[in-house]
Amino acid sequence: MKIFKNAKKNGIADDAFVHQKLSPFWVMVRKEIADHFHSWRSLILFGIILLTTVGALYASLIDAREVFSAKSDGSFFFLKLFTQSDGTLPSFFVFISFLGPLLGISLGFDAVNSEQNRGTLSRILAQPVPRDYLLNAKFVAGVLVVALMFFSLSFLVIGAGLFVLGHPPTAEEFMRIIVYTLFSVVYVAFWLNLSVFFSVKFRQPATSALSGIAVWLFFTIFYPMIVNLITKGFEPSKFAPPQMVYFYQKIKFALVQVMPNELFSEVTSALLVPTVRSVGPLTTEQVSGAIPGDLPLGQSLMVVWPQITGLLALTLLCFLFAYLVFMRREIRSRG
Amino acid sequence: MEHIIEIEGLTRKYDDFFAVDHLDLKIGKGEVFGLLGPNGAGKSTTILMMLGLTEPTSGNVRVCGLDPVHQPIEVKRKVGYLPEDVGFYDDLSGLENLTYTGQLNGLSRMEAEEKALGLLARVGLKEEKDKKAGKYSRGMRQRLGVADVLMKNPEVIILDEPTLGIDPTGVKAFLQLITDLSRKEGITVLFSSHHLYQVQQVCDRVGIFVSGRLLACGGIDSLSEQLFADESFMIEGVLDAGVRTSSLKEDLKKTKRQLQDIPGVAEVRIEEHRFMISSSKNVAPEVAAIIVGGGLHLNSLSNREYGLDEIYTRYFQE
Repeated sequence: MKIFKNAKKNGIADDAFVHQKLSPFWVMVRKEIADHFHSWRSLILFGIILLTTVGALYASLIDAREVFSAKSDGSFFFLKLFTQSDGTLPSFFVFISFLGPLLGISLGFDAVNSEQNRGTLSRILAQPVPRDYLLNAKFVAGVLVVALMFFSLSFLVIGAGLFVLGHPPTAEEFMRIIVYTLFSVVYVAFWLNLSVFFSVKFRQPATSALSGIAVWLFFTIFYPMIVNLITKGFEPSKFAPPQMVYFYQKIKFALVQVMPNELFSEVTSALLVPTVRSVGPLTTEQVSGAIPGDLPLGQSLMVVWPQITGLLALTLLCFLFAYLVFMRREIRSRG
Repeated sequence: MEHIIEIEGLTRKYDDFFAVDHLDLKIGKGEVFGLLGPNGAGKSTTILMMLGLTEPTSGNVRVCGLDPVHQPIEVKRKVGYLPEDVGFYDDLSGLENLTYTGQLNGLSRMEAEEKALGLLARVGLKEEKDKKAGKYSRGMRQRLGVADVLMKNPEVIILDEPTLGIDPTGVKAFLQLITDLSRKEGITVLFSSHHLYQVQQVCDRVGIFVSGRLLACGGIDSLSEQLFADESFMIEGVLDAGVRTSSLKEDLKKTKRQLQDIPGVAEVRIEEHRFMISSSKNVAPEVAAIIVGGGLHLNSLSNREYGLDEIYTRYFQE
């Protein structure tokens, strides 16, 4: 808004932009996005992500030349930029999968409860806008901001690779990178939805932030341990028939499929490493007759289609709960 | 008179508790109506139901001919609501806050900004328009709230406890502002407050709301008649202490009986030389005649109407 004030002062003619009647929904989205970019919290987080990813990029570029010349297999160089690291720093996609949830949680944890505490919620809901516009606008603004950030980072990595390698990525690589970025946005959107749900449910922003972090810790650290504990009891001995072993592996695999981070890492590995054929246990029978090589993008997506669906489903579930709680609630003033 | 707000049998129950108990109310166009009552009386709940922010358990409301439950957005287009302890976006300036509201109401940015500037001048915040709203004092915030409510050119304005936390001069100025706007633009104003004295000065009509029920409704004068039907008038007097008749006690008893016989008198109390008579109408002439006629000397006689003091004491202290 400050830009427009200066424009008027400097005598620049009013453009169509200020005369345009925007739908109230997009007015709210614009304001939310502006709030994100003006707040210290988001800027700090963006800064952290930028620094870590640039660091990871640098780390992978350092030995890119060696890798490139050492292995004659120079294919998928750009994809390797995302996945390789020389050990000093984790690679790009590891950082994203680690910091992504944090970004999602921090963008959404005070979405609705801070409006209530500041006294602006009753005032906004007294305007002639449907109530769900508020919730949807918060969500859409968060997703747009995250998408902007992640796509910028991906293009930064591609640009760096272009600079080092000297020729652009193949269409296949480019599409894979785009789809990967898209899914990382979806992954962060899940955490965003979750924290928006907590912000609707809990009155205090601190509670909703800590709940989001607790869920994240649970899925990152505790759930795998619990799964291990449970399955340890069923572990078949060395002499068990192969069906038992296969069954055991399948159960173990199925149990971790509710973890969103697990789903995301499976999707990522299928997308960024074209040689990945499956993400679960396979019998020898299933792999017989397979030709070793890289999969095209469509086939890679097919391999992880259940995981993609699962991730989308989890995101929508969180949104649904937030929606249900918010729409039926009686909004009183802060007094 | 055309009724812009019609409420019939409106009820809101929370489990077994009646927050609003079968309310019947009609508010005319252009009226300034005060909904007075103690905390927890159900005023805010009634207001929320008028706006469609809460669903009534039974009964119906019509605002500007619309049903807030089924057409909340149309109702919100015509009704401006200033909630209790209103908040604004602290990191945006007053002008930016108002522009945002204007845009949510369908104006373009330019239109909204021009309108906001005009309204800010009217409420007296022209100098502080570019200051961050977080730095506004309480009184300034309330005035900004009024400007915010007017951004959509409402037909009805509902203000929930608008004078809370403002100093007396500020309250007077604020109420004056509201009534000026109402008279000039013909906007119907609905106040909800528990500050009887402040609000009753500016209201055309007042409704006393206690425990979910509307006890009385009308102009201030008719209120005492409604609430203290039998004893709305109080006559106090002092008998002259100097007079000593031989039969003072019997005289007093006879006078008391005569006073009690006056039609309309509810209660007569004589203590020492003071007497207090409560009645449903002004019987001061008859009282004076009886006392003087009985041989007693009257020192002073005064008329006291039950006013808001009594209403407050009796109904608001729980």
